[in-house]
Amino acid sequence: MIPVCHLTDLPAGESVRIDTAPPIAVFNADGEIYAIDDTCTHQDASLADGWLEGCLVECPLHAASFDLRTGMPTCLPARRAVRTHPVTVEDGMIYVHHAAEEGTAA
Amino acid sequence: MRTVTVVGASLAGLYAARALRSQGFQGRLVIVGDEHHRPYDRPPLSKDFLKGETGQEQLALADAEEIAELDAEWVLGTRAAGLDDEGRTVRLAGGRALATDGVVIATGATPRRLPGPELSGVHTLRTLDDAQALRADLAGGPGRVVVIGGGFIGAEVASSCAALGHDVTVVEAAPLPLLPQLGEEMAGVCAALHGDHGVALVTGTGVAALRGEPGGRVTGVELADGRLLPADTVVVGIGVRPNTDWLAGSGIAVADGVVCDAGCVTALPHVVAVGDVARAGGSRTEHWTSATEQAAVAVHNLLAGATLMAHRAVPYFWSDQYGVRIQFAGRRLPTDTVRIVEGSPEDRSFLAAYERDGRTTAVLALNRPRPFMKQRRELMRAAQPVAS
Ligand SMILES: Cc1cc2nc3c(=O)[nH]c(=O)nc-3n(C[C@H](O)[C@H](O)[C@H](O)COP(=O)(O)OP(=O)(O)OC[C@H]3O[C@@H](n4cnc5c(N)ncnc54)[C@H](O)[C@@H]3O)c2cc1C
Ligand code: FES
Repeated sequence: MIPVCHLTDLPAGESVRIDTAPPIAVFNADGEIYAIDDTCTHQDASLADGWLEGCLVECPLHAASFDLRTGMPTCLPARRAVRTHPVTVEDGMIYVHHAAEEGTAA
Repeated sequence: MRTVTVVGASLAGLYAARALRSQGFQGRLVIVGDEHHRPYDRPPLSKDFLKGETGQEQLALADAEEIAELDAEWVLGTRAAGLDDEGRTVRLAGGRALATDGVVIATGATPRRLPGPELSGVHTLRTLDDAQALRADLAGGPGRVVVIGGGFIGAEVASSCAALGHDVTVVEAAPLPLLPQLGEEMAGVCAALHGDHGVALVTGTGVAALRGEPGGRVTGVELADGRLLPADTVVVGIGVRPNTDWLAGSGIAVADGVVCDAGCVTALPHVVAVGDVARAGGSRTEHWTSATEQAAVAVHNLLAGATLMAHRAVPYFWSDQYGVRIQFAGRRLPTDTVRIVEGSPEDRSFLAAYERDGRTTAVLALNRPRPFMKQRRELMRAAQPVAS
């Protein structure tokens, strides 16, 4: 479980990158918090730097778009999904549950 | 339309083929390309591929599944030699003729070369084969590399060669590289990246000749001002020429590119042009993003038989050099002023806006992708025609 920041520090429409390996991007999409792998599956751009619109984030380099709920690309040039990571908010603090960690814990 | 032939099997050609299928074209789709490879991505060729950090498999623009879905006839390793019968026949090298109802011209561009006899160790960089040859040449251990031309590709090659441990000099004929694209102040900042990383930049002098025994290997570059730069490898990056030679006699107008309207349609409504080869609505771009965007517009108009849609996107490109990501969007005029919006050029991390009459015309960012994206969006929004 990785602490990210206070909910109040991530207003709607904002995103933050956490320097895990590989890095994870956390978004506040109109009040819903999502976490996905930060690196675009097309080349090497950081999706935390992307353009957030609803539940979609557009890559800042070549405009591939990913659905934050599923990690699936919704258009080219990306063809592979990014991993999604579960998120919880406890006492106003955002936590990401690293998908790989969850896997090993199970 | 029963048959559409796409000439040029690269970025713009592939995106046109995709657009044809996604826009409902179910007829026969033929894709002619003179390279032997299936479509692959060029930008990494001067960047990670040259450094050996990306392999050939990662360059593929389409996977096997998508190739199958496209259901196209691929005629690879074959040059189109002519377009006859008012654009209804594509003539292939070797004499075969393909009858067609529609044509997408996507033949891209070819690097300009320096005059003089062929010498080994002298490279241009456009194709995968070019990149492999250059990579092989650089693998012999640290050497002296001279890059002729300080534009984006030249700068990226210089950066990659420096990362590989070579002793690199960039020669630029203009007072500064990228002067017409970025203006003096910002071109100066980008030029300084070379020095930051130990790469010498020689400006304001052209190349007189390449030195070396005819038929042998290059030994040096003689500059117009008399200086001699010893070299083991030379990379020539002095711009490109659109591949329009094969259209001679076709009746298609050519003027530094295939002349077409803002919807990428030529004077023949069933012939469209996309990507680096297209002079659409009066301008020709050599950027990855416009090649992909134009394809959808061109195909829409091709299938409609008339220009119903125009490509009015804000030009955008990126470049990766020395670990710095450069992004530029917009249309800048030499008279525009430039202002640092955030960050600082000294840190090689900033966003700059070009302005005219209080309006932003273009934006440049070094290592500032997030604010750049916002500003680029603003430019795109401002460029939309106002609904009345
Ligand atoms: C090394 C390098 C780095 C780049 N980096 C960037 C970057 O960082 N950012 C950016 O925005 N852009 C970059 N670009 C530009 C980008 O790659 C081009 O804009 C893009 O490739 C244009 O696509 P295209 O399909 O129009 O042309 P091309 O990719 O040139 O493809 C044209 C194809 O047509 C074939 N052809 C030509 N003539 C014929 C014929 N008569 N018959 C059959 N086939 C023919 C050619 O062999 C080629 O395969 C870079 C380009 C290069 C070379
Ligand atoms: S790196 Fe994200 S679309 Fe290319």
